[in-house]
Amino acid sequence: MNTTTVNTGKFYGFRLPQLNSIWLSNAIRLVALPLAGILAFLLLWSVTAQKIDTSLGKFPGPSAVMEQFDALYSEHQRSREKEHAFYERQEARNAKRVAEDPSYVPKIRAYTGKETFVDQIVTSLITVMSGFLLAVAIAIPLGIAVGLSKTLNSAVNPIVQIFKPVSPLAWLPLVTMVVSALYTTPEPLVAKSFLNSMITVTLCCLWPMVINTAVGVAGIDSDLVNVSKVLRLPALRHVQKIVLPASVPMIFTGMRLSLGVAWMVLIAAEMLAQNPGLGKFVWDEFQNGSSDSLARIMAAVLVIGFIGFLLDRGMLALQKLVSWDNSAAQ
Amino acid sequence: MSVLLDISHIDMEFPTPKGPFTALRDVDLKIQQGEFVSLIGHSGCGKSTVLNVVAGLYQATRGGVILNGKEVTEPGPERAVVFQNHSLLPWLTAYENVELAVKQVFGKSKSKAEMRQWIEHNLELVHMSHAMHKRPGEISGGMKQRVGIARALAMQPKVLLMDEPFGALDALTRAHMQDSLMEIQAELNNTVIMITHDVDEAVLLSDRIVMMTNGPAATIGEILDVNLERPRHRLELADDVQYNQYRAKVLKFLHERHSKTDVPTTRSMAQKTETTASAMKKDSTSVPESVDNAA
Repeated sequence: MNTTTVNTGKFYGFRLPQLNSIWLSNAIRLVALPLAGILAFLLLWSVTAQKIDTSLGKFPGPSAVMEQFDALYSEHQRSREKEHAFYERQEARNAKRVAEDPSYVPKIRAYTGKETFVDQIVTSLITVMSGFLLAVAIAIPLGIAVGLSKTLNSAVNPIVQIFKPVSPLAWLPLVTMVVSALYTTPEPLVAKSFLNSMITVTLCCLWPMVINTAVGVAGIDSDLVNVSKVLRLPALRHVQKIVLPASVPMIFTGMRLSLGVAWMVLIAAEMLAQNPGLGKFVWDEFQNGSSDSLARIMAAVLVIGFIGFLLDRGMLALQKLVSWDNSAAQ
Repeated sequence: MSVLLDISHIDMEFPTPKGPFTALRDVDLKIQQGEFVSLIGHSGCGKSTVLNVVAGLYQATRGGVILNGKEVTEPGPERAVVFQNHSLLPWLTAYENVELAVKQVFGKSKSKAEMRQWIEHNLELVHMSHAMHKRPGEISGGMKQRVGIARALAMQPKVLLMDEPFGALDALTRAHMQDSLMEIQAELNNTVIMITHDVDEAVLLSDRIVMMTNGPAATIGEILDVNLERPRHRLELADDVQYNQYRAKVLKFLHERHSKTDVPTTRSMAQKTETTASAMKKDSTSVPESVDNAA
């Protein structure tokens, strides 16, 4: 665009409107239209919300939800202050006792306040990433093996197809019972509810990655495979030098799909497993049934959506970073 | 000179749902050290199949390939292949693509510095030094093919196999590449088998042109010895009587084979090939410089 204006200085005045209109249409497309869409949605939402009466009062409109965002944030801050004060008091008390009696070994107790909304978001993110990474660690080697061997593919494919559409809610009771039976250490490193949610997430987001990796590996250009044969690359080097890089675009497509599934599944899993994340927040508010509950749940819904969006964008950025074929990342 | 590569009475059948499809029947060819041999024929006549059998990517149904007294049973770097569509690894730079081959072939016998030198030397040979740190996506089709050739040369193959190496290039680039190839050939004196369906390319580059009959059950129709002085220059050759005679012979062969319409089906092929084989013998008597020379 710039070069045309420079080269055709004579027509500057003539060209300017056209340039302007390109700039303008971009601005309209990228800023104005999305804004208009959001505004229209907010309007529709607040109008509709007015008309819905529930046993917990009117359905919350945008302003009620905004208030709850505020409230949730100040609750979080208050809790942090409390925590801070708690540790300060404890420290002072311990210092005092040590001063009185130098042989005293101070006990340090952790603050046991209720998780705030922000804590719950963090818990959810940790849970989803743990489940997702466990799934990656299983799915990608499995997918590569299945993609390389037609025999293995025929053997594994029916299992994948059957387990792929299973809802997390069906897995969860099984996972819960198995975890309870097997995870019986006296001093657990992580809570059972965390494990239950994490494993459920893994079970649900495994399949898109297995399928996409296998398809990517099976679809490698036969010329590249021939190159590897002519070079007599040993099997491991073949996977490392040819198979893995060639299927990176498909692997990442699978990972993006899986992360999306993982985040969706997580909320349901946390609700039932009582893992202190966003799912539990929604469930607790629902059980709580105060007049603010619906607005708080709605706030959680927006946060869940926004985080899901960010996860997807993050995955996309990662894909663009490592992939040689950027046409696959869109 | 001695026979380096013996393609000995190869038959190639591919299984299909309707029974075996015979792609090649009794392809027999002996190639000497330092010879440049072109395989020419119509599309689908099985030229690539011959090359793939020599490369070890296919196993012949009957007959076999003997290189330096040893039978070929699997692909290997001593029979490096230049593929039609370059087949460089798109995520590696030109240098890294050659490096992969060099490390695999010379990883134990050469030091790191030697390998680096060898990679750079080969890229220089194909005039790619200036772009050796670019990826295939960033260079033109001709340049990619140059890197493909450098990769194959860097393996120091006993036989260099080229599957229509310039088929996907435009005419000007192709002419450039042919000149480059002749230059390299003059320097290294490699043994080369090249598939082509460009008559000029075949005559310009080859010591011998192997003309293949149409498939199915394709086989060698005629072999033409090209006794043109080297170095050859395309402009001088354009008016050369002998060059044009060679050209005419190849064209005539291709044209006559193409006009033959009664292509036999799989079942009745056994008898048909008998007749074509005998017909071919008559053909070959009319061309003095032929199969006899090869033997």
